[in-house]
Amino acid sequence: MERVPILKIGDILLVSIQLDMSDQTAVQLQEDLAERIVATGCHGVIIDITALDIVDSFVGRMLSTIASISKVLDAETVVVGMRPAVAITLVELGLSLNGIRTALNVERGMELIAAAHADELDYQLDDDPDAETATP
Amino acid sequence: MALSTEESGRFAALLSGQDERVTTRWTEIVTSSLRGRLSQAELRRQVQDLHRAIVSTGEQGIIELSADSAAELRAALSELSRGRARQGFSATETTVSIFALKDVLAELVQESGGPNALQDYVAFSKLVDEMGLFTFESFVRTRESLIADQAEQLLELSTPVVKLWEGVVAVPLVGTLDSARAQVVMERLLQTLVDTSSPYAIIDITGVPAVDTQVAQHILKTVVAARLMGADCIISGIRPQIAQTIVALGIEFGDIATKASLADALRHVLRLNGVETARRQPRRDA
Amino acid sequence: MTAGIDLGQPQAQSVRSDEDVVRVRQLVRAVAVASKLSLVDQTKVVTAASELARNTLVYGGGGSVEVTVVENGRRKGVQIVFADSGPGIADLDLAMTDGYTSGGGLGLGLSGSRRLVDEFQIETSVETGTRITVTKWSR
Repeated sequence: MERVPILKIGDILLVSIQLDMSDQTAVQLQEDLAERIVATGCHGVIIDITALDIVDSFVGRMLSTIASISKVLDAETVVVGMRPAVAITLVELGLSLNGIRTALNVERGMELIAAAHADELDYQLDDDPDAETATP
Repeated sequence: MALSTEESGRFAALLSGQDERVTTRWTEIVTSSLRGRLSQAELRRQVQDLHRAIVSTGEQGIIELSADSAAELRAALSELSRGRARQGFSATETTVSIFALKDVLAELVQESGGPNALQDYVAFSKLVDEMGLFTFESFVRTRESLIADQAEQLLELSTPVVKLWEGVVAVPLVGTLDSARAQVVMERLLQTLVDTSSPYAIIDITGVPAVDTQVAQHILKTVVAARLMGADCIISGIRPQIAQTIVALGIEFGDIATKASLADALRHVLRLNGVETARRQPRRDA
Repeated sequence: MTAGIDLGQPQAQSVRSDEDVVRVRQLVRAVAVASKLSLVDQTKVVTAASELARNTLVYGGGGSVEVTVVENGRRKGVQIVFADSGPGIADLDLAMTDGYTSGGGLGLGLSGSRRLVDEFQIETSVETGTRITVTKWSR
């Protein structure tokens, strides 16, 4: 079985999914990532799905689970690079990816994590600071 | 429903024996049915082409419209119907040009008399009917492909996605949105978000005359898809009637930002982005 | 693996494992590209195939998938048949409802994939298992 590599860049874990994952690979990634978050103490996870030409309900559920797990482990997950055709298909499929933050690309995803982290350090009640988040 | 060899022979002989008279009479009938929208010379040429195709097919033996030997005849018929379809003639006006041959045949058969006159006329007229139907079919096919072409051109024309500001794109929708067009708009908008790395999109519907449930659904789906990709959509230019329809239809716009005008929408986005606009007091955010 | 397949013939793929679901996706994609489906339509039909092939594996206990290029006048399309000899679906109406699941899924497999294709037929019985036929047409 193939494994998806997890890279550590500063305070962020970057997962770039480059292959058509089997369900088992997806579950493995979920487990690997939880371990790496704890081992590294990173506060941000970026999952880059630019290369994925489909996201079905299984992968969608895996992304949601990763987001929830990392939240429990005090890390922010951002899914980046979803292709338009994939987004349109997910809407039609009825999958809303609730609870997942998204960004257009890795760079914007890093900004998002930095902003979320800064908020935590310097909390203030101002205009909605999460304007860039994608989830309601 | 082919003509037998004998019948074909007689048919071809009948038409070629008095070809000048046949084409003249045929042209006359067609001309009167089209009320002068095509010149006599043009019609005469078309009728002669058909006449030639029928005679040459008949001389080869059995006339069977679907057979290989009738390829020339079929080509002549489709040529005629394609031309008429493109010139905007109706299906009736086109097929009448073929059925006119029946009148000519009736006259010819009556004159020649003979023991098989009635039988021949029935057989000939069946062939003409088949030719007429074939013409009708190819007329419809031509029209369908014309319509498909136009629909495609319309889609290409529709909706540019424009960049308003760094990180802000807008799509001004004009005209009625049907399902196909909405899909094109949606795809183009989302692709532009990726290409320009813009986290904000403004969908301006000032130019949309009416919103029904389906159109609203398409807009909503676009907004949700954009969110999945990590971008936010603002809808602007909702006119009073449309606002009423939206409420009356019970369509939930949920937490999607709506603004009265494109300018308001842009101001809203810029403020979210931390860009100061003239209306507001300058201040520094953390 | 999709190189050199003869698209005039139905393409069969058995579904016995996770990897087979991946193979079904790749096969459907190749056929969808050959049928000149738009990118979005390709994505939709591949996603639907992925959902249904997983159903065949998880709920049907494995089975087979057959992909064919179909033609309807001016349009081409992709037709996919998912067949298993599993326990069948007891309550079809319920199974087609969004969010209903008898396993551990999200309950979007059947209802969601129906929205992604143009034609959706399902035959199911306790004796013979389940057979789902879907078609996606090019525009």
